[in-house]
Amino acid sequence: MRDKKMITVVLPAHLRTLAQVSGEVQLEVVGPVTQRSVIDALEARYPMLRGTIRDHVTQERRAFVRFFACQEDLSHESPDAPLPDAVASGVEPFLVVGAIAGGLY
Amino acid sequence: MSKVRVLVGTRKGAFILESDGKRQKWDVSGPHFAGWEMYHVKGSPVDPNRLYASQSSGWFGQLMQRSNDGGKTWEPVDNKFVYDGVPGTHQWYDGKPHPWEFKRVWHLEPSLSDPDTVYAGVEDAALFRTTDGGKSWHELAGLRGHGSGARWQPGAGGMGLHTILLDPSNSQRIYIAISAAGTFRTDDGGTTWKPITKGLHSQFLPEPTAEVGHCVHRIAMHKSRPNVLFMQKHWDVMRTDDAGEQWREVSGNLPTDFGFVIDVHAHEPETIYVVPIKSDSEHFPPEGKLRVFRSKTGGDEWEPLTKGLPQSDCYVDVLREAMAIDSLDSCGVYFGTTGGQVYASADAGDSWMPIVRDLPAVLSVEVQTLA
Repeated sequence: MRDKKMITVVLPAHLRTLAQVSGEVQLEVVGPVTQRSVIDALEARYPMLRGTIRDHVTQERRAFVRFFACQEDLSHESPDAPLPDAVASGVEPFLVVGAIAGGLY
Repeated sequence: MSKVRVLVGTRKGAFILESDGKRQKWDVSGPHFAGWEMYHVKGSPVDPNRLYASQSSGWFGQLMQRSNDGGKTWEPVDNKFVYDGVPGTHQWYDGKPHPWEFKRVWHLEPSLSDPDTVYAGVEDAALFRTTDGGKSWHELAGLRGHGSGARWQPGAGGMGLHTILLDPSNSQRIYIAISAAGTFRTDDGGTTWKPITKGLHSQFLPEPTAEVGHCVHRIAMHKSRPNVLFMQKHWDVMRTDDAGEQWREVSGNLPTDFGFVIDVHAHEPETIYVVPIKSDSEHFPPEGKLRVFRSKTGGDEWEPLTKGLPQSDCYVDVLREAMAIDSLDSCGVYFGTTGGQVYASADAGDSWMPIVRDLPAVLSVEVQTLA
């Protein structure tokens, strides 16, 4: 039997609206808890988020999206690196954040 | 009694305005998709309650939305735009090859006969189509495969395919325009394309009459005469009477022939409208006067239309998607500004009023005439 874990994900406001959720998202992740497995689970539950966090084709994180957890910026970590134990155990959330991008408009 | 629905895309959301046929009192709904750039919202000509919208942001990329009830409710549809095969390169601003990269959908053109079929013009320039109401999008790759793609170059706003004109008399014929590649025509439903740029002259090109590279801002057609096209180019207002085989300049007495929008009266195919903008370095109306210019002679002779429009200290721009025409008996003309106003005329341009103001910068305006 494969290992299942409940992960908490926090989305930015625009993506909460798009996914029609009001607060944190609870996701079941099977196997190692990594950026990739968490986003895979997120997109499987909310298909309308596909293409908004990572590119459809390359599967790379979009340039102005950041991944934070446990007061650390994990954006530049490998998508297959294990996330901190506190995230994998559901104690701390995995945060998807829209980067600060100045004030052009 | 007839009704009119105006679909407005802005930098920070979409707005829907409705009025009866008098077009004096307007109800405004929105913002829909608040905070997102709405490059274009357009309805199906065969099912006016079927709307499609292009929603994008620098953070979260491209989304596509569809409504089946005239914009009261929306559902996200497929947002996956993948170029066919190996995309190759086009020219970058520095003249070097740059890989084709999808950025956003600029323009949506629903089919004239099927509400589930929609064409999408995208940046980096390519033409996509859905035939299942937005559940999937596929590139009509013959356009980029024309062979000139490596010489296309972005304009200042990006290399967008922004104009799609469907010939109502010939389902196989489509015109498209790209900044800054020029304009192309297909006569076989999108399989093969040819540049139709003979007669265009662009001083910024090393070879001003080159086949591709022209910065075409907008093309307009009257449905009764699909071989006659009017063009607002980067500079110059042009027309063709033979489906683009040859163009000639009709800027005539315009105060400046730079601008973005151009459109045709609903019932008078020789009556056309432009909004002159001072220059490519000063994107606002000359002398701070917001004037629509109308020609009743298919170009060359133009008259300023000013009644109800600000005639001093006005420094807004009117972007390429931001003019539309309704088809009521007294033809309505609409345009939006980067200052957030949408102006309307219920008398073919003789007089104007703002039907909404203080919106975010307006990117696009479309109008539906409802029974």
